[in-house]
Amino acid sequence: MTEIASEHTAVHQTAATPPIVTLHGVAKRFASGTLALDQLDLAIRHGEFVSLLGPSGCGKSTALRLIAGLAEPTRGSISWGGTPLPRSPHPTLPRTRGRVGWGLRGRVGRGGRNKPEVGFVFQEPTLMPWATVFRNVMLPLELEGIEHRLATKRATEALERVGLASFRDSYPRELSGGMKMRVSIARALVTDPPLLLMDEPFAALDEITRFKLNNDLLELWREVGHTVIFVTHSVFESVYLSNRIIVMTQRPGRVFTELGVDAPYPRDESFRTSAEYARHCRIASQALSRAMASAS
Amino acid sequence: MMSDADHPRLREGVTIGWSRIVLPLVTLALGVVAWDLLVRVKDIPPFILPGPGLVAATVVSDWPVLLDSLLVTLATTFYGLALALAGGVGLAILFNQSRLIEHSLYPYAVILQVTPVVAVAPLLLIYLPQQAAVLACAWIAAFFPILANTTLGLNSVDRNLKDLFEIYGASRIKVLLRLKLPAALPYMLGGLKIAGGLSLVGAVVAEIAAGSAGAGSGLAYRIAESAYRLNIARMFAALILLSLTGIAIFFALSVISHLLLRRWHESALAGEP
Repeated sequence: MTEIASEHTAVHQTAATPPIVTLHGVAKRFASGTLALDQLDLAIRHGEFVSLLGPSGCGKSTALRLIAGLAEPTRGSISWGGTPLPRSPHPTLPRTRGRVGWGLRGRVGRGGRNKPEVGFVFQEPTLMPWATVFRNVMLPLELEGIEHRLATKRATEALERVGLASFRDSYPRELSGGMKMRVSIARALVTDPPLLLMDEPFAALDEITRFKLNNDLLELWREVGHTVIFVTHSVFESVYLSNRIIVMTQRPGRVFTELGVDAPYPRDESFRTSAEYARHCRIASQALSRAMASAS
Repeated sequence: MMSDADHPRLREGVTIGWSRIVLPLVTLALGVVAWDLLVRVKDIPPFILPGPGLVAATVVSDWPVLLDSLLVTLATTFYGLALALAGGVGLAILFNQSRLIEHSLYPYAVILQVTPVVAVAPLLLIYLPQQAAVLACAWIAAFFPILANTTLGLNSVDRNLKDLFEIYGASRIKVLLRLKLPAALPYMLGGLKIAGGLSLVGAVVAEIAAGSAGAGSGLAYRIAESAYRLNIARMFAALILLSLTGIAIFFALSVISHLLLRRWHESALAGEP
């Protein structure tokens, strides 16, 4: 545990770690004429946990959609970090990405060459109500045409990782909000994507559930070792989770400033109540206020 | 980790209040008694208003004739509904896949719906063999609710789920089969429930139109024929059978809908329709 944590910290703090994705002067104007993003420059490095922090409507979700390839930038470009870092796969997960994932994604993805597979967690759980928990988690593997036996094995493992193995045959409406979100996370991780995009995933949950999912998410991240881009409007959540916080200005969204959170992982409840955590939150809060003032 | 493992609402929808079954039956019994009293007290002759006892006796005595007619009407209704389901869903999928086709054809689907089928039936009987014309009327009456509802359902897919399918590079056909059609299923079944009754209406209308041309043998034709003969009791008997047929169709479709949706859709939680 501790080795993994220190290794993470070491990796994140080295600016020399190659980026997994870079946004160069990205602007996005919607058909309605709204300029959501302007001159957004951003480099996300392998293995980082980065939060995009900003007020509602600052375009942070738009940035995430652009990275996911769900929309095209109006100006600027998004480049993917050349050859992907060989990251240590989950010990029990066979890697199919080399065979299926990369090839398919490279062809289909709109985000350009070398775009790796991404996992996406929406603000709502976004589960298919007509399918069981298990079928929901299977979906990405089935869409990618992964052989059924292997897919079953991986979906089962993904459910085990979020602690919902015994709910595989339940339907989404039988689950609580927190459990639905766990299923959503399991689905995003089931393809073992190098990059996980999360769009305010816990915003609709109560605080107790949110704290618990924060902890579970950090544990998963340290275990699996993927890169996470986490969109949030909560200062406290961003400090607790990430090792880098990108503070964004109000519309049109740009990077206002960047804050490093150098507290070591694993982080737990003792970190949440520490003076260090409070200090980071204060700094982030002040940065956010200045960011919001700068726009008006 | 399992602290939030509650199962909300699993227990709901199990109990159907007895009042929903007993009260309508009590109302029915009161109605029949009132009808019987009215006929007896006022001494109304059977060729104007037969009593419930005579109508029941007619159902029994005329059963062979009525059963044949019932089967004919049932078959027409069923085939009309099946064709309407195929046509409505097929057309809805086509509309969903191509704006061009939707814009070209949708207005005519509406026109087909808003033109009263009773006015179209005589014309169809001239151009088509009688059985085909009756079937066509049942189809015309039934297909639009299925088309309209399925179209609505196909267009009501969760946007995030659509994005999710795009992220994983799903093909159009997979989006249709795995996402749009399941999402549209509750809407489609809602349309089917309406269409079941309408298909019967279409069949009856065409039978009556055809009956005047002298050849039908469905229940509606029995009604028309009995009217000419002033056999009011048989008219009532056939009418009751038609009504029971409509109820049975609605009930059967409700059960199908419930079975398909009970595990996941909110509508199936509130108990039987």
